[in-house]
Amino acid sequence: MPDSERVIRPTATMEQRVDAIQAALDERGMKAAEAVAEQAHRVQEEWVPRNGARVVARAWVDPAFKARLLADGRAAVAELGLSMPKHHRHLVVLENAPKVQNVICCTLCSCTAFTLIGLPPDWYKDLDYRARVVRESRTVLSEMGLDLSPDVEIRVWDTTADTRYMVLPERPSGTEGWPEDKLADLVTRDSLIGVARLSPGGA
Amino acid sequence: MDGMHDLGGRQGFGRVRFTVGARAFHEIWEVRANALYAFAVRCGIFNMDEYRHAIERMDPRHYLTASYYERSLTSLATLLVEKGVVTREELERRAGGVFPLASPSAPGRTNASNRQRFKAGDRVRVKPDFVPGHIRMPGYIRGKTGVVVSESPVYPFPDAHAHSVEAQDEPTYDVRFRTEDLWPNSADKALVHVAVFQSYLEPA
Repeated sequence: MPDSERVIRPTATMEQRVDAIQAALDERGMKAAEAVAEQAHRVQEEWVPRNGARVVARAWVDPAFKARLLADGRAAVAELGLSMPKHHRHLVVLENAPKVQNVICCTLCSCTAFTLIGLPPDWYKDLDYRARVVRESRTVLSEMGLDLSPDVEIRVWDTTADTRYMVLPERPSGTEGWPEDKLADLVTRDSLIGVARLSPGGA
Repeated sequence: MDGMHDLGGRQGFGRVRFTVGARAFHEIWEVRANALYAFAVRCGIFNMDEYRHAIERMDPRHYLTASYYERSLTSLATLLVEKGVVTREELERRAGGVFPLASPSAPGRTNASNRQRFKAGDRVRVKPDFVPGHIRMPGYIRGKTGVVVSESPVYPFPDAHAHSVEAQDEPTYDVRFRTEDLWPNSADKALVHVAVFQSYLEPA
């Protein structure tokens, strides 16, 4: 198409572009509308950070599970009935410690263990986070509200292949004897990404 | 390709627009765009490497100004056209306006011929490769040296998989780099772990 023609025609809105693709697929008998409804349910109701929170709570109360989780994340989360897409062939769980903070990112696009952590939040996909977190991690975390003391080692994990990562945050003090469900309530999505630590129980 | 998508370590960006409990989606069309691309992958129309590469092939000015889900939708539309499922004319007729697509692809490549196995503790260098097609080596590690932490299961080789080139699956190595080696005197001190395909590495 000549450039002159493109200049004078308006660019379609995002809604018009989505409608166009869906209608084109539907007309070819591909039942895109049904697929959209199913996927919308999955991303909003099934692939939620509560999944990762359940994994973390189990790891806190069950040392044998934690050992299996750190050795083979994909197999361990399956024990809790949690699945990962076929192409996420490997799950590496990153254990935080008082002097270690793990944080995950994807500088090239937006890869995450989304069935466990949920579809990534807007800021995770923004250019600013992707550009800066690998190079200015301490500054970026501080701007995001996580001030780490200088002796805490920061480990940034760039999701450049089909290995997926999830952070195992530290169990807050004051939560001894809590049931798993209540522990899972403490675990935030941001702590699974590694840009937040968890508050002590009862604080 | 050394595209606009390769953002790690680029300077000049501002504060992260962070809010607690930030959402993944802000508009209904974003949920639909996400669902349609996932549907196309499930249908086998294209694979994840082709999907990522079509985003990378967007005009840099479009890439930088498009929202995340606009980039996703642009990739989906580009691949539907390139795979012959629809024509651009049909999409633009249905959309009632211009439907921007990504630029054509350059050739891919197969695995390196001199691949080596590494073990934890080995020092490795990222080869100074420059390729016109898809690659999952962020530019900030090119030519840099790090330490192998572990080996992954084998994955499709992205440089081939995005281009329908025959290749063997190969593992990635979790390679630990120090920011002072990546950006001397110009970074916060930290360790950066990158999953690096075997073909990209040589002994240091």
